[in-house]
Amino acid sequence: MTDLSPQLLLYIGTAAGLFAIGLYGFIVGPQTLRRILALNIIGAGIFMLMVVLAYRGLADGAADPVLQALILTGLVVAVSATAFALALLARLKQARPGQYRPEQEPGP
Amino acid sequence: MIDSTGQLSTLSMVLSSLLLMVGLFFFIAGSIGMLRFPDSFSRLHAVTKADSLGLGSIVAGLMFYGELWQNLLLLLIWLLVLASGSVSCQLLARFAKTQQDKT
Amino acid sequence: MSLLLFDATLCLLLLVLALASILSRQLVHGVILYIAFGLMMALAWARLATPDLALAEAAIGAGLTGALCFSALARQQLHLPVVLSWPQRLWPAVFVLLMLGGVLAALLQLPPTASPLVDVAQAELINSGVSHPVTAVLLNFRSWDTLLELVVLLLALLGALQVAPAAKATTSWPLSLSWSRLLAPMVILLAGYLLWAGASQPGGAFQAGALLAAGAVVLRLNHQLNWLRWSNFWIRLLIVSGVSAFVLAALLAMLLTTDNTDVIWLRWPPQLAGGFILLVELFATLAIALTLTLLVVGEPAAAEQAQQNSGGEAHD
Repeated sequence: MTDLSPQLLLYIGTAAGLFAIGLYGFIVGPQTLRRILALNIIGAGIFMLMVVLAYRGLADGAADPVLQALILTGLVVAVSATAFALALLARLKQARPGQYRPEQEPGP
Repeated sequence: MIDSTGQLSTLSMVLSSLLLMVGLFFFIAGSIGMLRFPDSFSRLHAVTKADSLGLGSIVAGLMFYGELWQNLLLLLIWLLVLASGSVSCQLLARFAKTQQDKT
Repeated sequence: MSLLLFDATLCLLLLVLALASILSRQLVHGVILYIAFGLMMALAWARLATPDLALAEAAIGAGLTGALCFSALARQQLHLPVVLSWPQRLWPAVFVLLMLGGVLAALLQLPPTASPLVDVAQAELINSGVSHPVTAVLLNFRSWDTLLELVVLLLALLGALQVAPAAKATTSWPLSLSWSRLLAPMVILLAGYLLWAGASQPGGAFQAGALLAAGAVVLRLNHQLNWLRWSNFWIRLLIVSGVSAFVLAALLAMLLTTDNTDVIWLRWPPQLAGGFILLVELFATLAIALTLTLLVVGEPAAAEQAQQNSGGEAHD
């Protein structure tokens, strides 16, 4: 991998960094919504890594179309999974409001 | 603006750089305003005013490099951002006002 | 060199925005920073010369996910900032840093050879019916993925409609209403262009569908397009048509393949491939747009619906 251009090496570092940040948020994040955001950040890091891998071993300017198509599919699946997770979250809050007292303000 | 050798003339280069610098200045001023101003309304004022003017100067500066067709597209982008910026500023200001009235 | 500087700034900004959106005290700030992060990701895709992804990310990552998270925030009550103790922060950080080191070490050892699929895809491009390789992969070489993705979208929508509580009624202001009305024709024009352009250049069903969905969400939040909801039969039909048109097209392609030894599921006959792909993409665009819209805005409560029904009839 060391024959990659400095630009791609930079993006590999960023992708790994995003993955790590998302993982940290997923472990630590006290609120469920924040965990969902963290999952999305992990996804962004992985998609970025896949784009960099699409440039591996090819001439300048060409990228692997198979990986790009997979990422495009992944983006849409990620947003539908997020929407489903948020719907579940909303239901959870509605069903058991007492469980989440520590996170919530008493309300007006 | 581009002469036969495909190079920008010195005058247009200077003008373009000047416009880009002005745009950059407004963006920086707007960002500092957003960070430093005390309440929502003055922050909105700083961001939207500075951004519409800054983007306008940057678009004008970039127009020295483009073809006519690209320039028209750039102009359209600027108008769209200008209009949606003003609309969202208006909406945010109204929201801030209702929140202020509540408390 | 200056472009590398730009890349470095962009990467730094991405990392800082991601970290800030994870660590911010208030959840609202986290969501706002995440939207900014999505926009910067779109810029990063553009810098990595993958405009297909930049288009999709700008509409989906920044636009729709942001709207989703905001509506989730509106459903919840305000959160008090949670203060975590030092060990609660430290041990995960140590674990994550170890993981990061391992991942980086593994990544730098990957062999620098290209995937063999690239050459295959390039060689088969002339038989695919389109000239843009990403569209060819999505709708011809790996159309199984796309079909199943449409199924996943449909399942997510069905699940969300089952569990989500009724959407909160919102108020709309005349200014945002007239601006969204002004934008609507432009969104439709752009989406149509993206769909058509997908055959030869970046663009295609996903980008067009996501863009249409973004426009429809804005109109829907302003109480327009009241017919756009799950209880409407035609909307349900269009949403299912994304998958069903795909399957029917595949059956038709099987029937049209004259050579009996050559019959493979989801394989278009080369001379008709362009037409098949356009047909499938058209329905997929509509299905994706409607599904994403309903995922974001949800289904209005029954009382509001009845009111809107009577209002709609009076208006007609």
